Amino acid sequence: MALDSSAKRVFKVVGTRPPRPDGVDKVTGRALYGADVSAPGMLTAHILRSPHAHAEIVSIDTSAAEALEGVKAVVTAADFAVQDDQSLRDIQENCMARTKVLYDGHAIAAVAATSASIARAALKLIKVAYKQLPHVTDVDAAMRPDAPVVQSGRSLETVPAGMSENVTSHCEFGHGDLDAGFAAADLIVERSFTTAATHQGYIEPHACLASMTPDGKADLWCCTQGQYNVRTICAALMGMEASQLRVTASEIGGGFGGKTTVFIEPVALALSRKSGRPVKMVMTRDEVFKATGPTVSSSTDVKIGMTRDGRITAGEAHLRYSGGAFPCGTVDMGAQAAFAAYDMTAVRTLGWNALTNRPKEAAYRAPGAPQAIYAVESVVDELCQKLDLDPLAVRLKNAARKGTRSSYGPTFDDIGLVATLDAVKAHPHYTAPLAPGQGRGLSAGFWFNFGGNTCVSLNVNTDGTVGVTEGNPDIGGSRAAISQMAAEELGIPYDKIRTIIADTSSLGHNDVTDGSRVTFAVGLATIKAAQDAIAKMCSRAAKIWDIDEEAVVWEDGAARPSGPNAGKFPPMSLAEIAAVSFNTGGPIAGHYEYNADGAGVSFGVHLVDVEVDRETGATKVLRYTVFQDAGCAVHPSYVEGQMQGGAVQGIGWALNEEYIYGEDGRLQNAGFLDYRVPVASDLPSIETVILEIPNPGHPYGVRGVGETPIVPPLAALSNAVSRAIGLRLNRLPMSPPRILQALSEG
Amino acid sequence: MKSIHVSASVNGDAVEFICAPDESLLDVLRNRLDLTGAKEGCGTGDCGACSVTLNGRLVCSCLVLGAEAEGTEIGTIEGLATGDTLHPLQQSFIDHAALQCGICTPGILVAAKALLEKNPDPSDTEVRYWLAGNLCRCTGYDKIIHAVLDAAKTMRGA
Amino acid sequence: MVAVVIWGSLRQFTDGQAKVEVEASTFKELLDRLSTDYPGLKPQIERGVSLALDGRIYREAWFTPIGPDSEVVLMPYMAGG
Repeated sequence: MALDSSAKRVFKVVGTRPPRPDGVDKVTGRALYGADVSAPGMLTAHILRSPHAHAEIVSIDTSAAEALEGVKAVVTAADFAVQDDQSLRDIQENCMARTKVLYDGHAIAAVAATSASIARAALKLIKVAYKQLPHVTDVDAAMRPDAPVVQSGRSLETVPAGMSENVTSHCEFGHGDLDAGFAAADLIVERSFTTAATHQGYIEPHACLASMTPDGKADLWCCTQGQYNVRTICAALMGMEASQLRVTASEIGGGFGGKTTVFIEPVALALSRKSGRPVKMVMTRDEVFKATGPTVSSSTDVKIGMTRDGRITAGEAHLRYSGGAFPCGTVDMGAQAAFAAYDMTAVRTLGWNALTNRPKEAAYRAPGAPQAIYAVESVVDELCQKLDLDPLAVRLKNAARKGTRSSYGPTFDDIGLVATLDAVKAHPHYTAPLAPGQGRGLSAGFWFNFGGNTCVSLNVNTDGTVGVTEGNPDIGGSRAAISQMAAEELGIPYDKIRTIIADTSSLGHNDVTDGSRVTFAVGLATIKAAQDAIAKMCSRAAKIWDIDEEAVVWEDGAARPSGPNAGKFPPMSLAEIAAVSFNTGGPIAGHYEYNADGAGVSFGVHLVDVEVDRETGATKVLRYTVFQDAGCAVHPSYVEGQMQGGAVQGIGWALNEEYIYGEDGRLQNAGFLDYRVPVASDLPSIETVILEIPNPGHPYGVRGVGETPIVPPLAALSNAVSRAIGLRLNRLPMSPPRILQALSEG
Repeated sequence: MKSIHVSASVNGDAVEFICAPDESLLDVLRNRLDLTGAKEGCGTGDCGACSVTLNGRLVCSCLVLGAEAEGTEIGTIEGLATGDTLHPLQQSFIDHAALQCGICTPGILVAAKALLEKNPDPSDTEVRYWLAGNLCRCTGYDKIIHAVLDAAKTMRGA
Repeated sequence: MVAVVIWGSLRQFTDGQAKVEVEASTFKELLDRLSTDYPGLKPQIERGVSLALDGRIYREAWFTPIGPDSEVVLMPYMAGG
């Protein structure tokens, strides 16, 4: 029974736009998110947070809080055992500070009480003595030898001696002879850029319901991108075994990488253990801004050399990132991604991470790439302007393609960058006329994508319907895409399949929903699980017909004899085989578990037209087109959704979003009023063009798409604004005050 | 502080509840009436995820006190469908894939319905400005606007 | 013998060489040999590395076979969002 997965396939279900299975629940308000459940006897919990950016905790006295009527438990870091593993120790200390508070909003204690108002009143009764310390919130300031030290002894072996203790890691990538490369250039541009930290801005604050029983077992309901990761971390922090802790992922109200770790979950579990009752904990919006995981802030220097006819001869980038008060490896990703879109003979990227008194970084779509690619694409655009070259032609001239040695090491296989650039060239947006005062900007972008540990179970019901059980929270419509791939492989209609997301006790481990991995890796596992079920169904048919298993094939949703010699039996459909499954050996299921590799990189190019109001400094986005290679768009509406959503997040990042710290090291804009994300009236329609250059590592050619779209907008908008006002900007966001300042400085 | 007894109507049904004087209508809906469709995204009236109608007027329920609901008619997402028939807006959102995570969807649907009751034939710009008080972080708003305009068309035709 | 490309900041532990040769036929053997032959690489390997094999990235699969003609590039262990 041959299943040829490498031939170019004509799909029946993949590529169509069926309704998503959770659609009705979400449009009626029935879907249950993190904060939507309760349990009998439930307590409400709140957290006490540091008002200081940096301080020693001299003492914490919780006695008055504990004595308050209605308070059932109070916890501090003393209720958590010290972890041996460094990264678990960092997570635990971020969830609850032990000896020092490291940022404004850092958690110190928590109370569970019979009502929210009692819990909040109890927080006020907790007496904390602090010894304030000097703080540092700027990445460049943090790298200076005399900077206040956020944590000691955290520098890795790659950091040269003599640097501030805040510098925790150093990385370097690249190849070729830089000096020769720059010597061959007709023009060299060297620029420095800074980007502010931003937040994923998911509308749903973190929320969980923890219920631990005296026998040491616990149930945890939480909004998360990865219930298995939550289980691993919480079990470790609580000293529990994995099987004792069942974590169920609620529907999630946005994550984008920010919900790939834990903040309140171990605290809720600890309170539940101590009080013997279920504990519900929901973050407020200002807690989300202050004490979850924003992006790194960055300071970069980029130097690029180009010949008069547009060939890049050398590129160099120095990236200084700060992932907050705990060591962070995101600069490695940025340093690798910076020049990824180009075929470079000489390239070198250096990265540094420095600690600052800011919250611990978490991923935001393609972590590290937007900051680095913003800087590189801005310099490429400046070179194009100065040499009077078409920016698209220059990208095409230097584009990475199959066989290119990438700037981060490996040689590229089939990639879609050139096809994407060609699509831009052919699109009417590229040649549409611009009025005076308007500017057009372009940027390429890139993300690695990955696979990861995945389990899928596929069960055939006796009525011919199928249940697919997978373990990845659906953040973009993946349940629909998974059902489509199962339907395609089995040869049955989409509406016969129901895909659900399992809790940690119902299915084997699945890595977090991140890395743009779900449609790729869970999809692949679903296809394999379907093939496994098909093999079993063919075997049943063979038994029924009393012929050899090898003589049965699966086609169009049915088992049939493979040839005239096998026998004259009419095909048996999946439903017919399922109907007699109890008689032929028992229930039929297929499954697949693996660690997926072979994810394909995804390139994107964005094109934007803007108009800047010189009186107010406001930028109006007039037209925006997103071009991206999806490999194979299983559900085109959801691929478009990722492209549009990521682009708009990038627009916000470029034009207005930033973490603003005061002189006192405290976050000044911890709410949606002053942390201004794009609203509907800020934007035009976001047009999308999906390309499909199949990924050889997936049976249908799927590439992850979710992360790449946040990368190009930063430079695309900076290039557009710079061209519109005739001045190069090198700082994000390009908010109205900054544009006015640039115009006045002139 | 003494609790307050309130009588009101929610989605056409008479309700009675007790709430603290400083308790928001959002907390009442979610914690006392088990209507968790309205969401708290910010608690300060900036995100619109808690949108409901109060005597026909679109409001952020996080900015209304439970006590203020006395004698009023409240409309929430749970009241949009009629029995087992979805409202054209709800159906349009599904058809146009106008939601990803869906957390903003209840607020946006309540807001869109309020718009179409005032203005059955809005332009693209009018829809965008009306919905400017409802934040969405997943979709970039594009498919949401298409869905609202398409539903408006259906509702005008039907 | 397999040729492994070492990224810039790790070359200080391989006597400045950008490419080193080790005796290995699987991912795990490669990492074990690199740790033995170049002890300075051990901390990074223990923290986590990925391998790009002929352009395809393998994050942690020990038994991934590596042929003598394969292009092998060491990369930091990747994270996403």
